[in-house]
Amino acid sequence: MKKLSSSLLNMVIVLTLIAVIAGGILAYVNSVTAPQIEKINADNLAAGIKSVMGGGDVQVAPEETMTATIGGKDKLFAVYPVSDASGTSLGKAIKTSENGFGGDLEVLVGFDPEGTILGYTVLQHAETPGLGAKAGLWFQKDGKGNIIGMNPGKNNFTVSKDGGEVDAITASTITSRAFLKAIQNAYDTAYGNSSK
Amino acid sequence: MSYFKILKNGIVKENPTFVLLLGMCPTLGTTSSAINGLSMGLATTFVLILSNLIISLIKNLVPDKVRIPSYIVVIASLVTILQMLMQAYLPGIYATLGLFIPLIVVNCIILGRAEAFAAKNGPVESIFDGVGIGIGFTIALTLLGACREILGTGVLFKSDDFGIAGIPLQGESGGMLMFVLAPGAFIVLGYLIAIVNKMRKA
Repeated sequence: MKKLSSSLLNMVIVLTLIAVIAGGILAYVNSVTAPQIEKINADNLAAGIKSVMGGGDVQVAPEETMTATIGGKDKLFAVYPVSDASGTSLGKAIKTSENGFGGDLEVLVGFDPEGTILGYTVLQHAETPGLGAKAGLWFQKDGKGNIIGMNPGKNNFTVSKDGGEVDAITASTITSRAFLKAIQNAYDTAYGNSSK
Repeated sequence: MSYFKILKNGIVKENPTFVLLLGMCPTLGTTSSAINGLSMGLATTFVLILSNLIISLIKNLVPDKVRIPSYIVVIASLVTILQMLMQAYLPGIYATLGLFIPLIVVNCIILGRAEAFAAKNGPVESIFDGVGIGIGFTIALTLLGACREILGTGVLFKSDDFGIAGIPLQGESGGMLMFVLAPGAFIVLGYLIAIVNKMRKA
């Protein structure tokens, strides 16, 4: 077959056809994969909430969005009230984020009704591999900078370099500060500024 | 040209990373570990084979003057399909490589092979070219990732997303962090290209 010549009509027809076909295929693939992607995201969030609330059988209430003005900027927090099987409140899981060393550091943190930290998980980060990226393990119960069981309203919730009670990740003070700030902000928004 | 020769051409003689120096952005960006390099290589191979096939099939229907925009639409559609499929069925890999998948669209290897090979050859030859160049790219990325991982963390083929512990080659803390970061990519790539050049001349 001979190659089509580059006349205006040919070009318009070919480009339109290609765009229409490509658009049609994309729309179809999207309609197939969208429910699956949504399910994975929901599952991940549910598993995350369960793990930061200390595991066990929990019931998660629908998401509530809270807004707070921090440092002159409006910040959004997704709050998930959690209760056990009989309906007694176990506390709240809160999704919070702060600007870390390499970009947004998004943390899901679980509080009991008094605001004591039950657990946390890092949802998304772009911290330095080998340094700031350790945040996912460092602040856990068996990590070096354990924050589980602390209460941002009562404890001095900053790194020891700033006079606080938490050991920062070695050589990653900026990441550590951002991490603690994210949790502190979540606490202040959901539980109010209590006296220290 | 026989099919085997086309394959070998992509892996050795025209290796996209070590010889043609194409697609440097994903090469340097994704190879912080061997597994990441391997996954990026395979994702690129998938797009490359399909884009080569489709472009060699439609090459006579596309007028010369709108060639590039048409190819870009084809490639971008394939990448978007790949991205949606990975997100839905391979969320582990997607979490690691998510940022780099859309970049495959502008990866010059793909448009380069479309222009240099698929637009001049038949569909079967184009598939073989896609496989060959894809394997060449995958080998290069895995090698680069493996070197950086060993030097940077002391462990090989570790992946948290797949729960693979990896092969410890030095002590846990025996790594030089710089090799996992961007400067290490340039240094390791430079040495690998030097070694490949030396071997090609010999």
